Amino acid sequence: MISTSALQVRYGDVAALHSLDLDLPAGRIYGLLGRNGAGKTTLLSTLAGLRRPSAGSVTVDGAPVFENARVTTRICLIRDDGGLGDGTDTLHDILTMAAILRPGFDTGYAASLMDRFALPRRRTLRALSRGQRSAFGIVVGLASRADLTMFDEAHLGMDAANRQVFHDELLADYASRPRTVILSTHLIEEQGPLFEQVLILHEGRLLLRADTDELRSQGVAVTGPAGLVDDFVSGLTVLGERRLGPTKQVTVFGALDERRRALARSLQLQLGPVALQELFIHLTGGAA
Amino acid sequence: MFDDRSPIYRQIADQIKDDVLRGVLSADDQVMSTNQYAACYRINPATAAKAFAQLVDEGVLYKRRGVGMFVHAGARERIRGDRRERFFAEVLEPMADEVRALGIPVADVVARLQQLIPGDSR
Repeated sequence: MISTSALQVRYGDVAALHSLDLDLPAGRIYGLLGRNGAGKTTLLSTLAGLRRPSAGSVTVDGAPVFENARVTTRICLIRDDGGLGDGTDTLHDILTMAAILRPGFDTGYAASLMDRFALPRRRTLRALSRGQRSAFGIVVGLASRADLTMFDEAHLGMDAANRQVFHDELLADYASRPRTVILSTHLIEEQGPLFEQVLILHEGRLLLRADTDELRSQGVAVTGPAGLVDDFVSGLTVLGERRLGPTKQVTVFGALDERRRALARSLQLQLGPVALQELFIHLTGGAA
Repeated sequence: MFDDRSPIYRQIADQIKDDVLRGVLSADDQVMSTNQYAACYRINPATAAKAFAQLVDEGVLYKRRGVGMFVHAGARERIRGDRRERFFAEVLEPMADEVRALGIPVADVVARLQQLIPGDSR
């Protein structure tokens, strides 16, 4: 169990995280979503013990994380910049070091992942393309087999085929060795199905936490003649609306009960689903 | 594979029910494991597990501890009964609306149905 209690992280005068209370039971895959600047990277690096909380606490199984090597060796955070040294080491050397530093590191699995991503072992990190560097981060992250593994937009620059390899390997390895995984991402539709739960951070606060599949069924798009639609949605949580001539489409949040659905049918209003990404955009303030 | 909107677990459950209804899965056949489902469809295993839990509740699947999930002997009849109940409201009534809006003579619709489903001309 990873817990934060009244966690606050400040950069000078600016609070990146405000009083965050979060309990994440172990053994699940979580998706961390949020707009740019929402606090995702700050949260993940604080969970990894790389950043000291300004106030409040972060614990893993009850033990504080910051400056606690016993806990942090069980945590692996892969950042979008790789975070794997200054770039002058060869991939081979970085893997050798990881095997020494990380108790759960599986050298054989790392080798098979290197092959799947066709990564050159003798090259330095600096000599790789953006996508290759990311793929190498994925190799280190998965092969570390850390109890808490976090990928902070670690897929940046990877092509679609390699992202698919990442997702397949993540699910396969998670199935045989369940552990806690947190992925921060903007690829909501692509990676959403991988998550058991999603956490949405917004302006340093937890805006919403839900089972991914439940959240998906919470959005409803109501379409029909503007007057009828307005009457129908009154009293519901309206996230957004669009109008095309006499027709109006309103996105509401919250599953509709059978009575409402029957009413919609009798008014000949169309009820449609809303994609996760669209829900996310609406919930976090809409497109700028 | 899935539409990206309605709950994935419900879509998986519906797919399995379709397979049972059409005889792709027979009584006492084993279905794939949650992990196989997860890997095949690239979804979280908990999502697949939720679909299976729903199908157990509905009497479509049963669990043999340590072995896996199997198709219930009465599953096909149960699904058929359930779908028949919903057929008129969910399939026929929307079709009737469309038939009316397009002005297609009902006799034409009936004739085509008889042509598509020969052997049942009552």
